[in-house]
Order: sequence, then C-alpha cells, then structure tokens
Amino acid sequence: MTASQIIFYILAAFILGTAILSVTTDKIFRSAIWLLFSLIGIAGLYFWLEVEFIAAVQIVVYVGGIVVLIIFSIFLTQQSGKEMLKPPMVRSIASVLAVLFGFALTYFLIYKNDFKAGDKSFDWSVSKIGNQMLATGENGYALPFEVVSMLLLAAMVGCIVIAIKVPAGASSTETKEQKQGNIENLKDKEIVEGL
Amino acid sequence: MTDIPISNILFVSTALFFIGMYGLFTRRNMITMLMSIELILNSVNINFVVFNKYLYPDKLDGIFFTIFIITIAAAEAAVAIAIIINLYRSHRSIDVETAEEMKY
Repeated sequence: MTASQIIFYILAAFILGTAILSVTTDKIFRSAIWLLFSLIGIAGLYFWLEVEFIAAVQIVVYVGGIVVLIIFSIFLTQQSGKEMLKPPMVRSIASVLAVLFGFALTYFLIYKNDFKAGDKSFDWSVSKIGNQMLATGENGYALPFEVVSMLLLAAMVGCIVIAIKVPAGASSTETKEQKQGNIENLKDKEIVEGL
Repeated sequence: MTDIPISNILFVSTALFFIGMYGLFTRRNMITMLMSIELILNSVNINFVVFNKYLYPDKLDGIFFTIFIITIAAAEAAVAIAIIINLYRSHRSIDVETAEEMKY
C-alpha cells in the first residue's frame, strides 16, 4: 500500500464520517461545524487529485463563504445550543432503507461498468482554464459565463429585496402579525377540540 | 494516483450523495436541509472532476461544470438564507411544517 493510497482512504473516511455526523447530530450549530470539516475534507480530496485550482475555489467559496453564511443565519434565527426535534422512528427507518437501497443500486451499476481510462496526461493550468472560459469559438464557455454573471446579479438583487426589513409603520407587518395570531388561535382551537 | 481505481472514488461521491439524501429525508429544519443540499452538490462536483481527470484527460469540461456548480450553489445558498430569514420574521420558526399556508 503506497502513501497515496493511505492518504486517499484517510480522506475518504474523514469526508464520510463528518458528513454522517453533520446530518445526524442533534444541535444545529454542531451540524454546521461538521459540514465545515466535510467540505475541508473534499478540498483535500481535490488536492489529492492534483486539481489545486478547484481545491482553492472550494475553500474560498464553500468554507469561507457558504458555511459562514449558514452560521450567521443560525445565529439570526435560533438558539445555537438548542436541541432539534428528533425525527420519528418510522421516518428514520424508512429513510435509512431508502438510502441504503438507492446506494446499493447505484454502486452496483458503477461497479459493473468498466470505465475506459484516457491515456493522455491530464494537464490543466489556470491560463488554459481562463482562455477557454472566455473563448467564443468552439468549446468556448463565454455564453455560460455571461449567463452566470447575470444570475449572480439577479440573486444579489433578489436577496436584498427578499430580506429587506419592512418599515414598522407599513401595513403589511400588522397584517402578518394578525394572521399569525389567527393561525395560533386556530391551532389552539383545534387542540382543544381534539382533546 | 493511478493506483486507486476510479470506482473507489465514485464510492465516496455516491455515499456522500446518499448521506445528503438521508439528511434531506429526516431533517425538518430549513437550514439543515440546505446543508444536506450542499453535501449533494459537492458529491456531484467530485464526480465531474474525477470523470474529467480519469476518462477524458485532454478536455477541461468537467472543471468548467464544477466551477459553474460552485457559483450557482453560492447564489442558491444566499437566496435560500434570505428566504429563511424572512420566513423566521413572519413565523418565528424555520421548521418546514409551520410554513403550510400555501398548501391549501
């Protein structure tokens, strides 16, 4: 067993273990931290595959951006130390079964398929990626690049519009509050009637 | 590098996909569901990079798809978190079971 193989198996165990902890742990903040470790492990896998550019993008965007955003939203919306409700036993068992069967079927297909490895050496460089990204000719990615830039602009504007705070004097907040009160009343009534 | 068969790396990405799937099935909290979606997108990214490197080493399309998926995942996470915060303001909860007004 060479060093490269040992590193791969350690990385794989790290990624899968932290991912499982991330979806099963009870506290939401710990879940976010396990997700952070899993994403760092995936960046390590990219380093192991010798695509350092993607590894750097992964660390900058996922670890530095998305996880920080998720942690901020956890702090804004709920107590980080509070335990989440456990899923009902039936739902856990059904999900485990569904996931196991899906995994078995997919991995069986992968295992039976024989992949024909390419014989050339894989050479990427940042200048090659940049040139092809902005090329307009054959195999150029200029159009998707522009579409993604428009998408980012639209997402930014959309975020601001959605999350902007409605002024306190505006009527929409009052109606929302009233509606909330009505819903709570309805729920109370239902509970009383159920008893 | 070449001493690891491609199916072992695909095992990792498949397992990661179904772990994310499990989280999506069992969790009812919107932020944790979003985290499961991030895991799923990451498993797809691993697949693209590995297929590009092992099967078509003379092309770069897998790398481009990975870059675009990472970009779109960032935009999607930002919009989703804006929606979650807005929902928390009006409902005081981010459980998907409480956001059911549009169901009927």
